[in-house]
Amino acid sequence: MEYAVIFLPLIGSIVTYFAKRFGSLFSQIFSSLMVSCSAIISFVIFYDGVLNNNYGNYIVFEWINSGDFKVNWSINIDPLSSIMIMVVTTVSALVHVYSIGYMSNDPHKPRFMSYLSLFTFSMLCLVVSDNFLQLFFGWEGVGLCSYLLIGFWYKKETANNAAIKAFIVNRVGDFGLAIGIFLIFLNFNSINFQDVFENVPNFSDKKLNIFGGEFNLITSICVFLFIGAMGKSAQFFLHTWLPDAMEGPTPVSALIHAATMVTAGVFLVVKCSPIFEYSTFALNLVATVGIITALFAASVALVQNDIKKIIAYSTCSQLGYMFFAAGVGAYHIAMFHLFTHAFFKALLFLGAGSVIHAFHDEQDISKMGGVWKKIPFTMTLMLIGTLALTGFPFLSGFYSKDAIIEYAFLKNTTMGNYVSSVGIFVAFLTSIYSWRLFFKTFFGKYANKSIPIEKTHESPMIMIIPLIILAVGAIFAGYFFKDLFIGDNFNYWGDTIFFLNYIKLENIPIWVIVITPVLVIISIPISYILFIKDKSILDGIKKSNEPLYNFLLNKWYVDEIYDFIFIKPLKKLGLFFWKRGDQNTIDRFGPDGISKVIKYISNKAVQFQSGYIYDYAFVMLIGLSALITYLILN
Amino acid sequence: MNFPILSTIIFLPFVGALFLFLFSQKDESKSSIYISLFTSIANFLLVLFLWYSFDKNESGFQFIEEAIWINGFIKFKLGIDGISILFIVLTAFITPICIISCINSIKKRLKEFLIAILILETFIIGVFCSLDLIIFYLFFEAGLIPMFLIIGIWGGPRRVYSAYKFFLFTLLGSVLMLAAIIFIYWSVGTTDYTEIYKLKIQKEYQYLLWLAFFSSFAVKTPMWPVHTWLPDAHVEAPTAGSVILAAILLKMAGYGFLRFSLGMFPIASEYFTPLVFVLSIVAIIYTSLVALMQEDMKKLIAYSSIAHMGFVTLGIFTFNKQGIEGSMFQMLSHGLISAALFLCVGVLYDRTGSRMIKSYGGVVNYLPKFSLIFIIFVLGALGLPGTTGFIGEFLVLVGTFKKNYLAAILASTGVVLCAAYMLWMAKRVIFGELNKTISKLKDINYLEGSILLILCLLSIIFGFYPEPIMNTMDLTVNVIIDNHQNELATNLTSNK
Repeated sequence: MEYAVIFLPLIGSIVTYFAKRFGSLFSQIFSSLMVSCSAIISFVIFYDGVLNNNYGNYIVFEWINSGDFKVNWSINIDPLSSIMIMVVTTVSALVHVYSIGYMSNDPHKPRFMSYLSLFTFSMLCLVVSDNFLQLFFGWEGVGLCSYLLIGFWYKKETANNAAIKAFIVNRVGDFGLAIGIFLIFLNFNSINFQDVFENVPNFSDKKLNIFGGEFNLITSICVFLFIGAMGKSAQFFLHTWLPDAMEGPTPVSALIHAATMVTAGVFLVVKCSPIFEYSTFALNLVATVGIITALFAASVALVQNDIKKIIAYSTCSQLGYMFFAAGVGAYHIAMFHLFTHAFFKALLFLGAGSVIHAFHDEQDISKMGGVWKKIPFTMTLMLIGTLALTGFPFLSGFYSKDAIIEYAFLKNTTMGNYVSSVGIFVAFLTSIYSWRLFFKTFFGKYANKSIPIEKTHESPMIMIIPLIILAVGAIFAGYFFKDLFIGDNFNYWGDTIFFLNYIKLENIPIWVIVITPVLVIISIPISYILFIKDKSILDGIKKSNEPLYNFLLNKWYVDEIYDFIFIKPLKKLGLFFWKRGDQNTIDRFGPDGISKVIKYISNKAVQFQSGYIYDYAFVMLIGLSALITYLILN
Repeated sequence: MNFPILSTIIFLPFVGALFLFLFSQKDESKSSIYISLFTSIANFLLVLFLWYSFDKNESGFQFIEEAIWINGFIKFKLGIDGISILFIVLTAFITPICIISCINSIKKRLKEFLIAILILETFIIGVFCSLDLIIFYLFFEAGLIPMFLIIGIWGGPRRVYSAYKFFLFTLLGSVLMLAAIIFIYWSVGTTDYTEIYKLKIQKEYQYLLWLAFFSSFAVKTPMWPVHTWLPDAHVEAPTAGSVILAAILLKMAGYGFLRFSLGMFPIASEYFTPLVFVLSIVAIIYTSLVALMQEDMKKLIAYSSIAHMGFVTLGIFTFNKQGIEGSMFQMLSHGLISAALFLCVGVLYDRTGSRMIKSYGGVVNYLPKFSLIFIIFVLGALGLPGTTGFIGEFLVLVGTFKKNYLAAILASTGVVLCAAYMLWMAKRVIFGELNKTISKLKDINYLEGSILLILCLLSIIFGFYPEPIMNTMDLTVNVIIDNHQNELATNLTSNK
């Protein structure tokens, strides 16, 4: 069963890719079927785990065996991985089905479905690993699939560039992760999670000499692992690829860049909680980066006009939530938020896809509006997604988001207070930009000049049904699973999450509980007035804060800065090494130089051989006299 | 075993070449292809049999053959262990592939070209089998000649310049190695590797001798700053020449380091480690940056080869298990992947006559099968987990990290840069706007496809299941490391 859940998507992927002759319908149905079976099995595994505590580690076969460096291919089922399997396969199955409708006009359907299934397989490899190297395999594997899928429309220059950017920025993160793994192997002599986690307490005081300074070993490991997590989860500094990744088809954005792959970083931090718990510095770093990202992304999302980019920044910001939750030690709540987020964010993305479909591939929300009557299903589903994302009471986002804020508040440390206040503020921002998107898309005046309103249309049922399932999840997932995942009475997580000091969610001041929902509810009328009723207020704000507006519109100029400090200098350096280094120095003084010198000398030598007897006689005479002089002197 | 299997493997291609030379008619290109293909495949099967009968639990040399050549001076001594067998397998595997690739790409003097390739195979296998320094030197240097001819006769427009550059560079290093071998004979009294290994070379001499061997191997590897011959040689060489050069010839140097530098001069090797590390890291970063800016695909792959070989030298001089096994694996993996990449460029070159990146674009539209395979090799080259490239690189970095943090971290940046230049090239060649010249091209034919597919499958299979290779070299690498550590320990006690 455990094998089936992992390998069915792989089989789906391979068969789909090579069975083009059976037509695209076969490929779509076959791959969807495989992943759906996998999803159904994942539920069985999950419930079997919850009810019967039936977990285990299955070794598939040996991968690398070099001295004491031993790694196996493995399938490790534990509470943490079984949730991830469930999320990944479920969202993936829905996205597969949705894609049948969404990609109906694309000539390369088999390839698309194959990549999606391959992605699912890689992601599953990542989450079921029992060691760091297989995790790394999955980590790079999902990066590859992301690369392939972002660049799926390979004729688009922007899509190709975005794909490369995603891969390379992720590689920077992977570089950190790899160094983290080296450090772990060097000190623990193993890269199996279990061996490492058991030994962490023995190493908590060990120092490491690196770059001439002395650092705590555990902290260094955590920092490097976290660099990896930052790359994959698009945290500030390494986030630039995620908005660009929206060049890919929308189902890809929903699956990879919202629900699953980008949460791998959070998963890594939670999985490594036994290490992170021993480093206050690392946890604070995680929380700080989470805070910066949440604020940054939410602020940028306020002014963007591309429907997918807004949701992408929103994803970035929500990932920030998960990270600062982990940073204050609320790993279980981070996982809970990951779980609920997967539903509503996939819903929003697929809903956005449905909107884009309705507008014949228009993504600019300033060119939409007033169509809610034309596409009522999409509108309702987007409404549910928006409510769940903003944390409207009793929808899924509400439980997880508020739990993060409450836990941070109860933590009662400086960092905890920062986190809770930023959490509340960002919740407010989230609400504003989400409603802005919702209102501008569906309400107000119809603003698209190129497509008449009559031509906008509702999506086919095959796209709507997956949305409905996700909407059910977005509404109820929080309510039903909150006791299991973050309730104090269940010990669901077992030893997969490690707490040095666990805080129970009790005795919370009433104002902490109430403040976020109140802000969230207030923001609805505020956004309605700002974005629909009276646009003059907004224009006034825009005018008086021109520089700030541009700063946000240009995403804090991060891309431009990177271009200036990394990309251009590296290219220049490459050119310099090639032209100056190789050609003008090494070759000039090396082989070319030598051959020139030899030519020069031989030219000179040629002049001696004039062919005239008296020249030779003269030279002989000089030689003879030198010899005689030498003999006489001796 | 009495049957001289090693000699058979070495000289079978030579006999094939002789046969071609003597019996084949002038313009019968088909029959010469068949003859050479038959010889090389027969040889490959023999080598597989050799691998099969190779005893993995035996730590010393196996299949030893000995004959007196010049009494009291040179013995013709052959033998293999866990590292040489793998290189022999690689050589015997790549040669038939090269021969098949000639069918479309070599237009003139095909027979002579095949003779050159077969003779080259003889010399290269000889290098990996020989246990006598003189014999080793002879094979090592003789390999230059066919390669020189391959570049000089069948090469591109600047072939003469490239051929001479190749010859000058490699010969310069070798002269010093010859001097060192002669010196070893005078001081130890033998050139038999196993004897020298037992007798040990005095510590004072080791440093200079190491440098002499190093100068030869460094050029062949090639290490920075004596690498500039490689891009030129690759650019001008015909496809099959590039494949042999990248896949096998470069490996002779890595093998030389492992067998001779580490084996005969352990103390000097340890002493000069910082030098090798610095040169390797410079090579990795410098050539990766240079590769980023290349406009010629072959040059780009050539520069990436230098960077990959930087990992190899880095790994060898870590003197630990992961480092050395990683280097070995990196060499074999590079043998598969770079060979395949050069073949891929050859496929494009045969169709359009251009190697420039800018004359392509949107290749995937008309050559979908080719593009899939090309992308897989690009991913292999940038070390994606699940391909052989990853295992080699990762193990080397693990080994280096044990030895020196900073070196490993700097080398790791090469992995990021490699992704950048490889993907950027792939984007400009395979994807993007359709270039008009592409639209008339046909996808790869059955023959090209099957060669590339085999290489592709191998690099994936060994990427997931490297055990057969790891297993073969395991014991030999242990011996190398143990010997190295013992030597260092005795040296330490004698100093006290």
